[in-house]
Amino acid sequence: MEEQMEQAVPMPRLGDKAPEFEAPTTHGTLRLSDFKGSWLIIFSHPADFTPVCTTEFMAFAEIFPDLQQRGVELLGLSVDSITAHIAWVRNIEEKMGVKIPFPVIADLSKEVSMKFGMLHPGQSKTETVRTVYLIDPNQVIRLILYYPLSTGRNMSEILRVVDALQAADKYGVATPANWKPGDMAIVPPPQTQESAEERLNQGYECVDWYLCRKKI
Amino acid sequence: MPCVSPDGKPTESGMAILAALDGGKTSPEDIAAETNRPLFRVRSGLRELLGAGLVSQSGESFALTEQGKAVL
Repeated sequence: MEEQMEQAVPMPRLGDKAPEFEAPTTHGTLRLSDFKGSWLIIFSHPADFTPVCTTEFMAFAEIFPDLQQRGVELLGLSVDSITAHIAWVRNIEEKMGVKIPFPVIADLSKEVSMKFGMLHPGQSKTETVRTVYLIDPNQVIRLILYYPLSTGRNMSEILRVVDALQAADKYGVATPANWKPGDMAIVPPPQTQESAEERLNQGYECVDWYLCRKKI
Repeated sequence: MPCVSPDGKPTESGMAILAALDGGKTSPEDIAAETNRPLFRVRSGLRELLGAGLVSQSGESFALTEQGKAVL
């Protein structure tokens, strides 16, 4: 029965509207809709006062200015209390000298975790796995990353994918494997035979009609 | 940060929003620009100030109530 209930929880998918919530955070009560008009990263961590999560919080704090520069807000979450969050954030500042500038949801009820599919019973029945949801200004989910409890996230990849999605939106392009800002982007595949032939003369760098790159 | 303390009085953040409203800013976007605070914090702050009876809302526009003017 428990297994059936776990399977019945809908998991948000790419392209879905992110589920609305209202939750207590270290910066007061926040709703998802408060972030409308900005890019937003919601990320979950398993628990406060744990070693990998502490390194991740410091790493997220380090890239916080880079995210702000890209118009991205940051919001953490775990199934811990506000008191635990405050104590941990203060401890990180006191012991590691790193100020945590972003709000953290205290999801003791697991309401937000359940809505976002952050609880993976195969990993833990009580702790959220390491998820990253990148939500666009229209509050559509554009990226979901799941990392297991044992593995800390790669901040460079998070910044890279923000750049890639923002470039895709701005220039109407796709980005190839290992793309980084400054690299050529991929022109979306043609949808007609005529446009397939035309694009070979449009100044793109084409390997063939279906794989053309351009500078952005 | 919370804009209203447990005793119902506006915090420093709350006072900044109230001051922006007093200065003629009425939208969350304008208040965020005026106070140099993130838009999400201004939206949540206005909600708290609304609940405390310090501001009123009409559509997307906010204004000080008499109670809000009194604390400035």
